[in-house]
Amino acid sequence: MQISARQSAGGVIFDLTGDIDLAHSPAMRKVLLGEIKEKRTPKVFLNLQNVRYVDSSGIATLVEGLKASRDQGSRMILFGLSRSVREVMELSRLQKIFEIYDTEEQAVST
Amino acid sequence: METDGRVRCPKPKKIHSKRGTPPRADLLLRLHLESNPEALCLVRATVERATEVVHFSEDDSRAVVRSVDEALANVIRHAYKDRRGLPIEVTCRRLWDGRDAERPRGLEIVLVDSGMAVDPKKLKGRPLEEVRPGGLGIHFMKQSMDVVEFRRKKGKNFLRMVKYLAPSKPEEKQEGA
Repeated sequence: MQISARQSAGGVIFDLTGDIDLAHSPAMRKVLLGEIKEKRTPKVFLNLQNVRYVDSSGIATLVEGLKASRDQGSRMILFGLSRSVREVMELSRLQKIFEIYDTEEQAVST
Repeated sequence: METDGRVRCPKPKKIHSKRGTPPRADLLLRLHLESNPEALCLVRATVERATEVVHFSEDDSRAVVRSVDEALANVIRHAYKDRRGLPIEVTCRRLWDGRDAERPRGLEIVLVDSGMAVDPKKLKGRPLEEVRPGGLGIHFMKQSMDVVEFRRKKGKNFLRMVKYLAPSKPEEKQEGA
């Protein structure tokens, strides 16, 4: 999995590519929590457009990030979810607790 | 992470229920892995191909792949406590419909490991109302597969999962008739 960061209005966008599984979710966790807890970035966007697969450890990392952002009073926003990723969100019944948008344009305009 | 490099695609060996009757199952694949998260992507790709052999729909194929991946992750994390290099065997068998020799009935996957005994309470998953990390893997497996069975025998954990093919739609049968 690859993670790259770019600045956006009021926050940072992480472009994720590949699979978020047991091998790679620790790296994502480190980056995500570093941005939310240490840098205290007010808006953290996760671009999941090029993520093919997310397992339960990836979902757990997203939940951890969401909780950290709520504790900090910041926002974690997801966009570009593939069918596979949406399916896992629905299975875990967590799709309603996340801020999810179809496109980057919609996500950054909120 | 490394596997031992052995990816076996044996010649199908059919298991007959009775002489002259259609086979019940044939071996599609046997993988000998070492506990290593880096190997999971290889197993996902391989199992996905196995689901294509059985002609699963895309949705059901993803369900099978997700379940095998979650099961392997559980073995690495819980049975082997994140230790690497320990053995895991994955076996995939195609199940046949006893009444129709041409129609596969589904796919059976068996995982065997030599790790710690699994706590049956943890196999139940957790209430999804609790928004917290962890405990979702078992839930995914049970939601995705038709059969999820666990047993402990001679110091090994055996996890058996089965996904049955969805029945053909009437219009599909008419087209093939």
